[in-house]
Order: sequence, then C-alpha cells, then structure tokens
Amino acid sequence: MRNTYLKELYAIAKEDKNVLSLVSDNGMIVYDEFRRELPEQYFNFGISEGHMVTAAAGMASCGKIPFAYTIGSFLAYRAYEFIRLDVCLQKLNVKIVGIGAGVTYGYLGPTHHSTEDIAVLRCIPNLTLLSPATPKETKRLVHFAYELNGPVYIRLGNNLPKELYQPEQEVVPGKISRLREGDDLAVFATGEIVYQVMEAAQLLHQQGIEAAVFSVHTLKPLNEMELLKLAKPFRLLCSVEEHSIIGGLGGLIAEALTANGCCKRLVRIGLRDCFAHGYGTPSQVLTTNQLDAAGIYAQILAEYK
Amino acid sequence: MLEQIAKEIRKEIMITAYHGKSGHLASALSAVEIMTALYFGDVLKYDASNPNWSERDKLIVSKGHASLVLYCILNRIGYLTKEALYTFCQPGSVLGGEPKYGDVPGVEATTGSLGHGLSFAVGIAIANQLDQKDSRVYVLLGDGECQEGSVWEAALSAAHHALDNLTVILDRNQLQAMGDTEDILGLESLKEKWQGFGWDVTSVDGHDLNALVQTLQADRSSKKKGPRIILADTIKGKGISFMEQVPIWHYRMPNESELALVKAELGITEKELLA
Repeated sequence: MRNTYLKELYAIAKEDKNVLSLVSDNGMIVYDEFRRELPEQYFNFGISEGHMVTAAAGMASCGKIPFAYTIGSFLAYRAYEFIRLDVCLQKLNVKIVGIGAGVTYGYLGPTHHSTEDIAVLRCIPNLTLLSPATPKETKRLVHFAYELNGPVYIRLGNNLPKELYQPEQEVVPGKISRLREGDDLAVFATGEIVYQVMEAAQLLHQQGIEAAVFSVHTLKPLNEMELLKLAKPFRLLCSVEEHSIIGGLGGLIAEALTANGCCKRLVRIGLRDCFAHGYGTPSQVLTTNQLDAAGIYAQILAEYK
Repeated sequence: MLEQIAKEIRKEIMITAYHGKSGHLASALSAVEIMTALYFGDVLKYDASNPNWSERDKLIVSKGHASLVLYCILNRIGYLTKEALYTFCQPGSVLGGEPKYGDVPGVEATTGSLGHGLSFAVGIAIANQLDQKDSRVYVLLGDGECQEGSVWEAALSAAHHALDNLTVILDRNQLQAMGDTEDILGLESLKEKWQGFGWDVTSVDGHDLNALVQTLQADRSSKKKGPRIILADTIKGKGISFMEQVPIWHYRMPNESELALVKAELGITEKELLA
C-alpha cells in the first residue's frame, strides 16, 4: 500500500504543482523518484512531526495541498494537538499520512505501533479517516483525499501486492466494500488485516460456516445506513482490526448499531486494552496477539458456536 | 501621530475587555507599540479594503491571548466594526479570547495553544517562496512561549530553509502567568540562543515607536539571508501603572475601584466605556 500511495501521489503531484510531499525523515528509497523528479515539491522536515503538521497547515492556508507523511504513531500521538488545532480546527486542506498501521513495525514494538490511532483521531471534528486494505483501495482513496478539500488522515499498512477486489469491483469512497459472500455471519474489517480475515473466512468455510467479509475503508464519515443494511441479514457480527478494540472499528460499529436501535451481537476482535505483545515480523506479531488468520478463525468459531 | 494611535488602541483594549468582561489585558498592552508600528508605520503590506488581497503580508499573533490588541487594530483598519469589536468574548461573537482563523478577516491563523504560530508561519513562508511572492510573514511571539519545544523545532526549520521572508518579533516582557520567566524556566540568553539557531537577531525598545518603525523598515528592506528576529524589550501591562510588571494581571479584570484608576490613566470617559 505504501508503494501504491507513493506512485499515486507522484502522479498527482506531477500534474498539480500545488501538491507538496512532506516527510519527517523517512522514505529513503521509496521517495527517490519523487525527490529526483519533483524536488521543489518535496520537503524533509527532519524529525519534528508536530512542526511538519503545522507547517503543512500554513502551506495549506496559502492554497498548497500538502501530504505530510511519516510513521503513524508519531503523527497520531506526538503531533495530536497540531493535527487538532492547526489542521482540523482551521479546516485546512492537509493530508496526514501515517505509515505502519497496526503492528507493521513488528520488530520495533509498541513505540512504533499505530494501535490506538483510529480511536484518538476519529473524535476530532472535520477529519476524514481513510484506512485502505488493498492496492485498489489505496489508489482510489489517495485520489479521493486529493479531491476532497479538507483535512484527511490516511492510515497505511505494509506492501501487500495481492488484490482482494474482483477486477470489475469498484472502490467507492464513503461506502463499505463486500469482499466475500456468506450467509452465516458478517465480518467487518479495516486495513490490511482484511487479508487475515479472508483467510480466516476460508478456514470457517472448511467447517461449513460461511462468513461475509466487508472492508470498511472509510472510517469517517462512516456510512451508518449502509452498515445497518449490510448487517441486517446476520445474527452475528464481528469486527476485526489491527487496533485496540476500544474506540476503533468495533467501537464505531457498536455506536452506529446502538444509536439506530439495532441490538445484534457484535464480537470485537483486536487488541484487548493492551499494547501488542511480542516482536518479530508483522505476521509473527499478529500471531502472538491472536490476530492472524488462525487466531481470528478461532475467536470467531468460539463465538459462533 | 503613531503615539496618538497607540494611545487610542490602549483605550480601546480596555473598553473592549470591559464589554467582554474578559481578556488578557496586560499581554495585549505589552504589544501595543509593536503592533502599531507594524500596521501603521508603513511596515506590513495590506489592503484596508480587501483583507484577502493575495499579495498581502501576514501577521501571526502566536501569543494568541493578546488577541485584544489584534482585534482593536483590525477594527481601526476597517476589517471589524466597532459593534463587532464590542461583542468580544460574548455568546454569538466571532471574537474569542484566542483568535480563530476563518471567522475574523485579518486573523491569519488560529492561535491560543502556545508554540504553534511559528511553525504555521514557516509553512506560509515556504509557500510564498514557492509562489515567488514578495510577501513577508511576521510572527508576534511571546517570551514565555519560547519554553515550548515546538518553537525551537520551527526555529531550526526556518533557518534550514533560509526563510528570509520571515520575521519574528519577540515580545520580551520578562513575565509569564506565574511570574518572572527567569525564575520559572530561564530563557537567557535569548540573543545567543536565536543566533545559535541561525537567526539574525536585533534588539529594540518595544515601546519606542520611532525605534520600532526604523527597525522593522530596515528589516523589511534588508537583503540578509535567513530568518530574522527582533527582540523587543517590553513592559507587561504597559500604560496602566498598577498592572505594569505585576504577574497577577496576566489574566484578571479590574474591579470597580481599579477601573476608575484605569479610566483616569488612559483617559477613558464614562461615555466611551459604555459605548
């Protein structure tokens, strides 16, 4: 997704000189083409995330469209007040791009994990929250962010090249995508963990259980009416996220359901009020935290029975 | 002429605060001459009939709690009516204790949480360079504000990007909310610190209008590379004798007897106060 993001941003910036690429000392190789071809539109702000975000807001007040990119945990937590006051309160056209969604930085541990970012960012007014799972979603949502005049946070994970969408299936910003049909239960997921969910659904299938899988790529604004409609046929709903179960996808689905008088059972699968345990590759950390396909399968199966 | 404007702005600050029953009076009074010199001393480039003129200079009041002085000046140049000015801090008003971008013509950034304005200005200065604009960006920075780490991130950045279209005026009144800056978290030597961060530093008496205008005009025409800072020595609460350099007046309104003294010292009539 990171590579897809950079490829699309480069294409957009090449056509629109007001689009600026800001980084906070990262992207050594992946940004090479951008730096070489569009040096006037590239700024490395050094290791100063809050400053980068606010300088981006200043640029946006002059008509620029800055995409400020660095590790999501350093944006959502360290630069929080700068996002809140300088970008969102002033409704400025800044795109905040956090890489390393969830436990992508598995070797480095919780300092680099973005596992509470949805919770803390989604309560800031005026901020659109996008969380693509696949290259197709990333491509569409980067363009959507560019076209939208206002603050956007894009939550990016690793670089999984496999596409989960059918060739003819479109990504519609603001809607929820159905990636797998099923009649027995519905699983809503966001970001790259959708890949694990698709595998878990396959494991459930082997047990004769058919799970419908939905990718919630637009976390805010959440299309509540569509969510209710999609949830209606199922007796059991699950949310799966590489994030705390508090305040993230599970939280926002629960809020939408209860606010609309829907009292279906919702199983929230994610980090249970803890920092992710262990180190290793992202998949190893997912396994340690029961968030790989086998762990998700086991948790859903236990609830289904 | 400028002295008269400064005198009238001081009066207006008190009358506006009286209407709003709120405001950081002493912080605003500290910066009256600095702001008068900027707006009326042929320094800041702006169009009194068009606050959105694309070639204008921008001023960011990073010490947002000094909003009273900014609002009174925006009223004086015609961006705000007197009626609007006197809604300060009241329900339905767009004039909060801290200035908000988008709500008030002439407010170029939302400030209030300290340590944001300089970073915002760095972004504007870079955008102006990209657009090859002749416009400058000015920042009114508080001295206590320099205790925020983000100020120094922005200072590094401005020097690194050689932003010679950026000028900071540091309102060096030596006081912050609880007392003397040097007793709370020492800042000196500010001159050496800013020089060490790669800035061109000059000093001026922040209440001497002639010196301020001269310094700001020289800064404007200077061809020096890199960002500049003007350390303006000021007196917090300047113009009201019992407020001057007294920490408690950081955020307090005068009671009835104190108000009588203020009126006498600033020459405010009862009619003006209740306007």
